[in-house]
Amino acid sequence: MVLENVLETGNILEMHSISKEFPGVKALQDVTLEVRRGEVHAICGENGAGKSTLMKVLSGVYPHGSYTGDVLLDGQACEFRGIRDSEARGVVIIHQELALVPFLSIAENIFLGNEKATGGVVDWNRTAAEAAQLLERVGLAESPATLAADIGVGKQQLVEIAKALSKRVDLLILDEPTAALNDDDSAHLLALIEQFREAGITSIIISHKLNEIAAIADRVTILRDGRTIETLDLRGDEPVSEDRIIRGMVGRALESRFPVREPTVGAEVLRIEDWTAHHPVDTERVVVDRANLTVHAGEIVGLAGLMGAGRTELAMSVFGHAYGTRISGRVYKDGVPVRTRTVSEAISHGLAYATEDRKRYGLNLIQTIRENISASALGKVARWGVVQREEEATVAERYRRDFGIKAPTVESLAGKLSGGNQQKVVLGKWVFSDPDVLILDEPTRGIDVGAKYEIYSIVNALADAGKAVLVISSELPELLGICDRIYAMSQGRITGEVARAEATQETLMHYMTMDKGVIDR
Amino acid sequence: MNAVREYLGRNVRQYGIVAALLVIVLLFQVLTDGRLLYPNNVASLVQQNAYVMVLAIGMVMVIVAGHIDLSVGSVVAFVGGLCAIMMTQWELPWLVAVLLSLVVGALVGVWQGFWVAYVGIPAFIVTLAGMLVFRGLAIVLVGTSIAGLPGGFKSISNGSLPNWFGFVGDLDVVTLCVGAIGIVAFAVAQWRSRTALRKHGLSVEPMSAYVVKVSVAALLIGVVTYWLALSAGGTPIVLLIVGALIIAYSFVLNRSVFGRHIYAIGGNRHAAVLSGVNAKRVDFGIFVNMGVLAAVAAVITTSRAGAGVAGAGVNYELDAIAACFIGGTAVTGGVGRISGAMIGALIMGVLNMGLSIMAVDAAWQQAIKGLVLLAAVAFDIVSKRRAALR
Repeated sequence: MVLENVLETGNILEMHSISKEFPGVKALQDVTLEVRRGEVHAICGENGAGKSTLMKVLSGVYPHGSYTGDVLLDGQACEFRGIRDSEARGVVIIHQELALVPFLSIAENIFLGNEKATGGVVDWNRTAAEAAQLLERVGLAESPATLAADIGVGKQQLVEIAKALSKRVDLLILDEPTAALNDDDSAHLLALIEQFREAGITSIIISHKLNEIAAIADRVTILRDGRTIETLDLRGDEPVSEDRIIRGMVGRALESRFPVREPTVGAEVLRIEDWTAHHPVDTERVVVDRANLTVHAGEIVGLAGLMGAGRTELAMSVFGHAYGTRISGRVYKDGVPVRTRTVSEAISHGLAYATEDRKRYGLNLIQTIRENISASALGKVARWGVVQREEEATVAERYRRDFGIKAPTVESLAGKLSGGNQQKVVLGKWVFSDPDVLILDEPTRGIDVGAKYEIYSIVNALADAGKAVLVISSELPELLGICDRIYAMSQGRITGEVARAEATQETLMHYMTMDKGVIDR
Repeated sequence: MNAVREYLGRNVRQYGIVAALLVIVLLFQVLTDGRLLYPNNVASLVQQNAYVMVLAIGMVMVIVAGHIDLSVGSVVAFVGGLCAIMMTQWELPWLVAVLLSLVVGALVGVWQGFWVAYVGIPAFIVTLAGMLVFRGLAIVLVGTSIAGLPGGFKSISNGSLPNWFGFVGDLDVVTLCVGAIGIVAFAVAQWRSRTALRKHGLSVEPMSAYVVKVSVAALLIGVVTYWLALSAGGTPIVLLIVGALIIAYSFVLNRSVFGRHIYAIGGNRHAAVLSGVNAKRVDFGIFVNMGVLAAVAAVITTSRAGAGVAGAGVNYELDAIAACFIGGTAVTGGVGRISGAMIGALIMGVLNMGLSIMAVDAAWQQAIKGLVLLAAVAFDIVSKRRAALR
C-alpha cells in the first residue's frame, strides 16, 4: 500500500507550516511537527501553546481549509474533513475528557458507531467476544457487560484505548491521558503505550507530566505560543533534563518551581474529628472512615492520597455535606463545634472549597468572570437583594489584576479561558468570600508550569494573610514544595501525618498505600 | 473601532432579533398595503398579545433556570374562571377579585414549585400534570363560560387611559407624555449605568454604541407612541401593566441576587450549589412567580374576553415558550433575556395580526408560526456553532 522504504526510515506524519487563526488569536503559526514511524512522540507546552489545536487539525476536527499548511501521512497529503476521514487513515485521537456513554456496557462503548452487526442487527456474541479480546489486550480485568458508569476513571481510560484498538490504528494520539489517573493506573497506561510501540503503533502523547515524558517518549516537540520551539531527542547521547524541557516550554529556566515562603503558623482554625461518610448510592460503603485533621492559621496543610482514597469526598462532605450520605463526625472552627450541613452554613463559618473539577463544579462557563467571582459571596456586593453591579465589577477587576487572569475584561465568559485562568477565577471566587479556611482540591490540575507558579504564589499569599489552607493534590512534589505539613489518606482513612522537614515522596507513598494495599474490586 | 465590533459581536443575537422583528413588520406592512400599522391595529396588537408577554416574562425565568412550565394555559383558564366566579357569584368588588386571583396564582405556583423543588420531580412532568389538573378544575368550576363581568374589570384589557389633556392635532396628549417619559427614562437609565461604571474606573460600552442604542430606542418608542396617539383610545391600560412588568422583571433578572441565582443554577447547577446558592428555594420561587404571572395573564385574558371561559388559554404555554426561544433563551438554560422574549412575543403577535389582516387561513397561520420558531432557533444554533468553530 505504501512504499516500504518510506516505512523503514521515514516519518509517519509530517505537518508543515500549519497556521490556524481564531478571531483575534493566532493559535498556531507556522508549526512543524515530524513524527517517525514507531516512536512515542511527546508534545509539551504551556496551556494555550497550541497542542490541542494542532491535534484537532491533525484529526480533522478542524476541517481542511480552516487552517493553512500541509498534513502528510506516510508522505501523502491529507485533506481531512472530519474525524471519520482521519480514522479511515488510521489516526485515532483519545481526548482528555473521556467520551464514554455511562449507561452502556463496556462492550457497547467499545463498538459504539462501529457495531458488530449484520444487516443492522447487532451480533451480541461477537461483540462480547471481541470486546473481551480487546480488554485483555489493554489489561483490563472487567466483564464486557459492566456499565461504563460502574468503573473508575482509570479503567474508563483503558476502555477508550480498547475502543481505539477496535479500529485500524497506525497513529494513536493521547491528550493528557494520565491527568485524571492515579500512579498505578498511569504506570499501567504507560506500559501499554510501550507495548504498542513494540507492536508498531506510533503514539503522540500530550502531557504536562515531565517525568512521564522522560520515561516513555523517544522524542519531544515543544510548542510555545503557537509556534514550534524545538524537537528534542530523549534517547540521544546527551540526557535531557526536566528543567531543559521546562526551559523550552516557558522560554526561561525556572529558578524554582515553588515560591519560597516562611510560614508563621498561628492558632488552630479547623479541626475535623471522627469524620465518616458513606457513598451516596451504595450507602453501605464507607468512603471516609473516622478521619481526624487540623489546620492552623497561616498554615498550608497537604492531603495526599491515591485516586479513590477519599480526599475529595472528605473535603466535600465537610463542606456542606456536598458529598455522601450517613455523615457523622464533628467539625470545630476556632475550637468551637459548628454545623456544616449545607453549603451556605459552611460558607458562613468561613469555609471555602475550590473544586478539583472546575468545569463541572467550579464555574458557570456561560457566565462572565465577574459573575463567577461574585457567585459565592454575592451578598457582599448587594444591598437589599440588589446587586451593585459597579461594585461587583470593581471587585472582579481587582482579582483579574491581582491574580493575573489573562482576559481582556471581566466581562469575558469563563468558558473561553484557559485552564490556568479558569482556576484563578475559581480562586478569586473563594478568596472574595473571605474565608478563614480554604480547601483547594487539585488546584493545579491540567495547568501549565508557569501558571502553576502563579497559583502557588497566590496560595502562599493567602497563608501569609493568616488563612488556613488545606491543599489536596495528586502531585507529591507539589505537596512537598508548598505544604508545611502533609496528611496521607488511604482507603478513607488518614494513615499518616508528616511535617515538611521529614516528608519525602517515599514516606508519603508508604502511608498512601498503607493497610490493604491496592484495592481489588 | 475594535471595541465597537467586539461589543456588537457580543450582542449580535440581541440586535439580530430586533432586526428580524423590523423586517417582519416591514414585510407585512407591504403585504397588507399598509394596514398592519393602522393606529387602531397597533393598539390592538398590544391588547391581543399582552397575555403572551406576561407569560413569557415568567417563562424566561423558568427556562433560564433549566425548567419548563406546560401548565400556564390551563392555569389561565382556572384562575380566570375563579376570578369571574368571585365577581359574579360571590359579588366581590372587581379589584378584590383581581388581588385574590393573584393569590390563587401564587398558591398554584406553591403547589407546582413544591413538587419540582422539594420532591425533585422534573418540571416537565409536574406541569404536564398541572396542565391536566387545572384544565379539569377550570371546566368543573366554570362549565363553559361565565359572563356579566363588571365594566371596570373589562376595561383592564379593553380600555385606554382617559384623554385628560385633549389633543394636539389628532394626537392624544396623554399618550405623547407616556412616550416621552419612556424615552427619557431609557436614556437616563442607560446614562446612569455608564457613569456609574466609569466612576469605578471600569470599561464602558463605546459612546457611539450608547448613542445608537438610545436613538434606536427613541425612534421605536416614538413611532409606537405616534401610532397609539392616533388610535381611537390612545394608550391601552394593559400596555402600562405589561410595561411595568417588563421593567420590574428586567431589574429582577439583571440586578437582583435572586435573578443572578437563576442564571447561576441554569448555567451550572452543581457550581451554584457549591457556591452556597439554595437552588431548591430558587426553583420554588421561580414557580411561585410563574403562578402569579399566570394569574396576571388570566386577569388580562378574562377581561379581554369579558367572560370567564373554561376553554381559555389553550396553547398559551406554547406561545410563551415559543416567544422565549425566538427571543434567544437557551433550551439548555442559563441564557435568556426578558427583552428578547418580549421581542419574540411581538414577532409572533405581528405574524398573527399580519396574517389575519391578509385573511390567511388559521391553519396556515399556525404552520407558518411553527416554521418561524424553528428558523429562529436554527439560526441561533447555527450561528453559535460557527462561532465555536472559528
